[in-house]
Amino acid sequence: MALVIFVILSVLCAGAVVAMIISRNQAHNALFLVLAFSSLGGIFGLLNAPFAAVVQVLVYAGAIMVLFLFAIMMFNLRQPAPPERKRLRAFLGTGLALILLAQLILAGRRALAGVGAAAASSGGDIAHLGRLLFSDYLYAFEITSLLILAALVGALALAGKKEGE
Amino acid sequence: MIPPAAFVILAALLFILGIIAFFVKKDLLTQFMAVEVMLNAGNLAFLALAKALGKADGQMVVLFVITVAAAEAVIGLAIIVLVFRQRRSIRTDDLKDLRG
Repeated sequence: MALVIFVILSVLCAGAVVAMIISRNQAHNALFLVLAFSSLGGIFGLLNAPFAAVVQVLVYAGAIMVLFLFAIMMFNLRQPAPPERKRLRAFLGTGLALILLAQLILAGRRALAGVGAAAASSGGDIAHLGRLLFSDYLYAFEITSLLILAALVGALALAGKKEGE
Repeated sequence: MIPPAAFVILAALLFILGIIAFFVKKDLLTQFMAVEVMLNAGNLAFLALAKALGKADGQMVVLFVITVAAAEAVIGLAIIVLVFRQRRSIRTDDLKDLRG
């Protein structure tokens, strides 16, 4: 049963990304990515990580992609994206990506080689995650707040309307 | 159960799909979306290995990656808005000032 769900979700996810590559409409691209990230959230749930799954759907499929859609609305691009005339670039990119895929799979196999078949999984426990967040990862968690503040101020400074102009 | 290798292979596949999208697409917004796909592939690999190793640290890394990705999306979109405001275009073919 879990295998069926995994296959459905992974086909949805990869298919949505392929559709994003093919489609030329930016708003459609963003919606395809919402689909891809939502199904990826389902896959996170299969991986015994419910909190990451919820955050994925809320933050990625919800907040970040809505931000993209707002940006697309602001650009208000009349002309659709031009057809790609340079096929060479696509071929080179695909070739590079296939080489990288082979390398990644080799590296993944090596990373999984030393792993026991059925390690005891403790990931599903959210209370454990919370304790970890406020003990071992406390500094990283606090620095994250600084990062978000810097991003907020930076975005206002970069794209905020100037009064004088 | 599903073998962990399946998740790792899916993560690798998603990563290279992001790379292909980054190289094929010609507008900044879609290329930025491709970067987000690659970030998500990394998250999937982290979670797959976290489950395979039975540790929760991978999940913590994923939380931080999602937080940083949100900040990065805000800054990146602000930069793209700025580029569009100055050039009236976000096509990478139009942005070639650095070409000698």
